[in-house]
Amino acid sequence: MSEVLISAEAVSQVFGARTIFEHVSFTVQAGEIFVILGGSGCGKSTLMRQMIGLLPPTSGRVLVLGHDMRAPDTATLQRIGVMFQNGALFGSMTLLENVMLPLEMHTDLPRDAREAVAAVKLGLVGLADAANLQPAEISGGMAKRCGIARALALDPPLLFLDEPAAGLDPITSAGLDQLILDLRQQLGISFVVVSHELTSILTIGDRCLMLDRGARGIIATGDPRRLRDESTDPRVQAFFRRQAPA
Amino acid sequence: MTASVDVQKQAGGVVMQFAGPLDLASIGPLWDGALQTAAGAKGHLTLDVNKVPGCDTAGATLLAALSDAAGGAALTGATEEVNALLALVRKARSVPANAATPRTGNFLVDGAKAFVDGLAFFGEVAVAMLRAPAHRREIPFRDVLSLTDGAGVQAIPLIVLLGFLMGLILAFQSSIPLRRFGAEIYVVNLVTISLVRELGPLLAAVVLAGRTGSAFAAELGTMVVNDEVAAISTMGIDPVTMLVLPRLAAALLVMPGLALLMEISGLVGMTLVMGVLGFPPVAVFIQAVQATALKDLVGGLVKACVFGAAVAVIGCRTGLGAGLGPRAVGQAATAAVVGGIFATILLDGIFTVIYFRLGW
Repeated sequence: MSEVLISAEAVSQVFGARTIFEHVSFTVQAGEIFVILGGSGCGKSTLMRQMIGLLPPTSGRVLVLGHDMRAPDTATLQRIGVMFQNGALFGSMTLLENVMLPLEMHTDLPRDAREAVAAVKLGLVGLADAANLQPAEISGGMAKRCGIARALALDPPLLFLDEPAAGLDPITSAGLDQLILDLRQQLGISFVVVSHELTSILTIGDRCLMLDRGARGIIATGDPRRLRDESTDPRVQAFFRRQAPA
Repeated sequence: MTASVDVQKQAGGVVMQFAGPLDLASIGPLWDGALQTAAGAKGHLTLDVNKVPGCDTAGATLLAALSDAAGGAALTGATEEVNALLALVRKARSVPANAATPRTGNFLVDGAKAFVDGLAFFGEVAVAMLRAPAHRREIPFRDVLSLTDGAGVQAIPLIVLLGFLMGLILAFQSSIPLRRFGAEIYVVNLVTISLVRELGPLLAAVVLAGRTGSAFAAELGTMVVNDEVAAISTMGIDPVTMLVLPRLAAALLVMPGLALLMEISGLVGMTLVMGVLGFPPVAVFIQAVQATALKDLVGGLVKACVFGAAVAVIGCRTGLGAGLGPRAVGQAATAAVVGGIFATILLDGIFTVIYFRLGW
């Protein structure tokens, strides 16, 4: 049996009087691309924020690489990489400097080595020739790629991607999907991907978890392609068939 | 775990024998020395990784960098994993980086262009004001009230405190030399004229530039970054009419009041010091009224209005001219404060000359 990288144990999130989701439990195995999907407002990004230690669950806990993310420590945070929805690049730095930042903070590499390692990460995501550009000078798709390169800087075994395909044209989106598959194959990285882009989900997802706002929790788990073809749950069918709720 | 490298110089070249995992945590101490050795090998380098149990992309980057530094190297003892990673890293390193975009410019040319752009913007604002009666719908009058509140009402505590302290300090400092001549009562003349003609409008404008000019620039700069200004333009609405005129109106409305409040607060501070020196408030009041004329007050308030207009327009100009990215907003806010204060002082100098020629 493969190693469990993430274990969510009955997590709930409540904001004021509003319950986003409750009693959500699941595991993520090493080597898989795990997709969290669902319509807008169902709590996908909230669940991811719990997993990366930005938001303590109202109840329950999430273990990432064996560590309770209610109190994330630096060692655990160095072993995960996160790409935020728009890349979250620092506007005052070049792309190369953005990727070098974690290396500067967490390693004792000399500057030449940091530059070389960061340049390789940019090369892995196809941005080697854009290393000296500023974030304001690049497109949304490039910003997401650079966000992935920065997340890869410390060679983490686990990457979290928030809406990697959102706002991208189909060709750029397909390129990003292929990049995720390549990184998994070449570097053995596991991914947790938050997405509601059907094409992307069906292309990259090994396993998925579907949240629903009305149900305030999980309504389906499993292989996204099988869910699309075999699920009898009308909410799951509506999602995969792009139907508006009745 | 740490990694080590053993360098052996042989007849056929240099052999670098690595031991231990080559990863992000271990390659730091090896990097500089290994690259120097590789550079000296000049095409006759062998990288022996027989004793390397594994590596990550950072370790593979080191091996690729060593090979590049030596102009090529033979790799021995590599596992399939190391070979695969090395191939991946070599491919990633094969594309050269673009040249960095120059971040410098010609100071004089850029400065002249900015000055001309600034003047052009004042022209745009003037045109928008002339067009305003025919485009009343584009002016959000409700915003004028909230902007007036932010620029004026919320600045009152700062203005009162600053004015009070300024009057108090001026009176106290000027009383020291005047006391030697028994002319302490003339402290009132000095402070009153200073406040009414110069310091009231000037300091109110500095406060406006620091609080409101920067806020205008940051707000409009954020709108530019978020494409809100572009959206306004594409809807056929003039951004200057919709965004600049309400701010200009708010600044023009609040500045006379702020300047007057600054002057009154300063006079209160001065009265306090004069009381300590033995002069009753009534004597101070009579002396202050005799020392100033209506033209001093009117002249000061006219200056305040012009300063306020300049600060507002410069704040809006820097905001609407902001570049892209979050840094641009900060730069716009800074430029608004610097430009606002500079323009205020410049205009004050011009007013001084004009008032002197008018005999005021």
